[in-house]
Amino acid sequence: MKKADVPQQSGLMAGCREVNYAVDDDGSYTLAPSSGWEAKNVALRHAWEAIIEQLEQELAAIRAGRKSPLSYHMVKNQMDPALLAKYSGIPRWRVKRHLKPAVFAKLDRAVLTSYAELFGISIEHLCRVPDVPDLALADFDRSESR
Amino acid sequence: MNIDFPHRQFAHCESGVTANLLNYYGLPCSEALAFGIGGGLFFAYVPFVKINFLPLTTFRIGPGSIFKKTTKRLGVKVGRQQFKDPRAAEQELDRLLASGCPVGAQTGVFWLPYFPPAYRFHFNAHNLVVYGKEGDEYLISDPIFEEPVRCAARDLRKARFAKGALAPKGKLYYFEKMPERFDVAQAAVAGIKDACWAMLKIPLPLVGVHGIRLLARQLAKWPVKLGEKDALQHLGHVVRMQEEIGTGGGGFRLLYAAFLQEAAELLQNRPLLELSERCTAVGDRWREFAVAASRVCKGRQAGPDAFRELAELLRHCAGQEEALFTDLHRAVSARTR
Repeated sequence: MKKADVPQQSGLMAGCREVNYAVDDDGSYTLAPSSGWEAKNVALRHAWEAIIEQLEQELAAIRAGRKSPLSYHMVKNQMDPALLAKYSGIPRWRVKRHLKPAVFAKLDRAVLTSYAELFGISIEHLCRVPDVPDLALADFDRSESR
Repeated sequence: MNIDFPHRQFAHCESGVTANLLNYYGLPCSEALAFGIGGGLFFAYVPFVKINFLPLTTFRIGPGSIFKKTTKRLGVKVGRQQFKDPRAAEQELDRLLASGCPVGAQTGVFWLPYFPPAYRFHFNAHNLVVYGKEGDEYLISDPIFEEPVRCAARDLRKARFAKGALAPKGKLYYFEKMPERFDVAQAAVAGIKDACWAMLKIPLPLVGVHGIRLLARQLAKWPVKLGEKDALQHLGHVVRMQEEIGTGGGGFRLLYAAFLQEAAELLQNRPLLELSERCTAVGDRWREFAVAASRVCKGRQAGPDAFRELAELLRHCAGQEEALFTDLHRAVSARTR
């Protein structure tokens, strides 16, 4: 890659710049700052769209009374029951049970606290879900990638 | 207890950490040199290890290996620790900092608040240098960021004890003693031979050029085997592993080309200059693959034909790399002192 070809196509990097290795005019390697690359932005956006889609499905399932709010927060933190079990120290079969609304409603405070602390939110927040996925992605514009 | 640690931004975390630490201890070292001496270049496609629920594709040697091999080849004595108890892990970090020692740490990316939100995912082989603590905040030199950053103790604790694949278990590493003399040239030759061996000779279908060809075969089958949606997820993931968060472009191939250029001068070995150019060409080829793959992702056309063409590009990379590393091995073997 030539230095002049180092891409400057910002995407989801929130203004951070990274460095790329590129060759300057006399053929020697140098470090060149880059604010992003379209190929990479597409792949990253694609991955986030999948997460948002899954969050929307979780929200629909929660509204329909098929799942507990925990499932939303789990997916929002990019976890599955296995990973959530590892983080919380609660066995996987119990984590899976906690995804059921009836079981979740009866959980005691200690268990709720361990989930809430892991996700960095309050217990009240853990028991609630928003109407639409609330990801803090400043530059994310879904219309752009569609 | 703040250490005057010279932060430099680099493309990749572990080679950047290694270079910055060497530099701090008096051996001026570029990232490329640390990457090359550590035999950083690699390829592996490991479908049964999942990152973000998708198969691991890696373009570099396993986590910790670059630091370990670079320091070993230069004769640096290092300390390394892992922990079960987060509290003990934090106390040990504080103790090392208080003794004036900058400390390398392996962390997960997901819990580091200074990362742009879009880049936070469960990838646990990130490396950084902790060089101080002010109140409840650690001062951190994270080589992929332009400036030093700060991180609350609570967040760093979570990051050091990230769970899942490649879990860091609070890993810390630091220099204990620098040698009196270095043989950088000899270390570079050892690093090159190591990379050649890893890319060509390891008798496993998942690694080296065999691994690239395996990925090509599997990728061609994804649309049929996984369905359109999953096939695109898998493909996007390969592009992310290749280009995202610090590979310097082209899945480390451009960084390695920079190393070969530096090694040519260091070893007074002219053929390495030409090999560096060929390595640049391979890196550019990988970037072509990323462009083509991202087009497929964006257009959402997971037709078998598109994937077959991408597989063909990968085979081309494999062929070029096979020739490159064969010639590279020859070039350094002839000159070994």
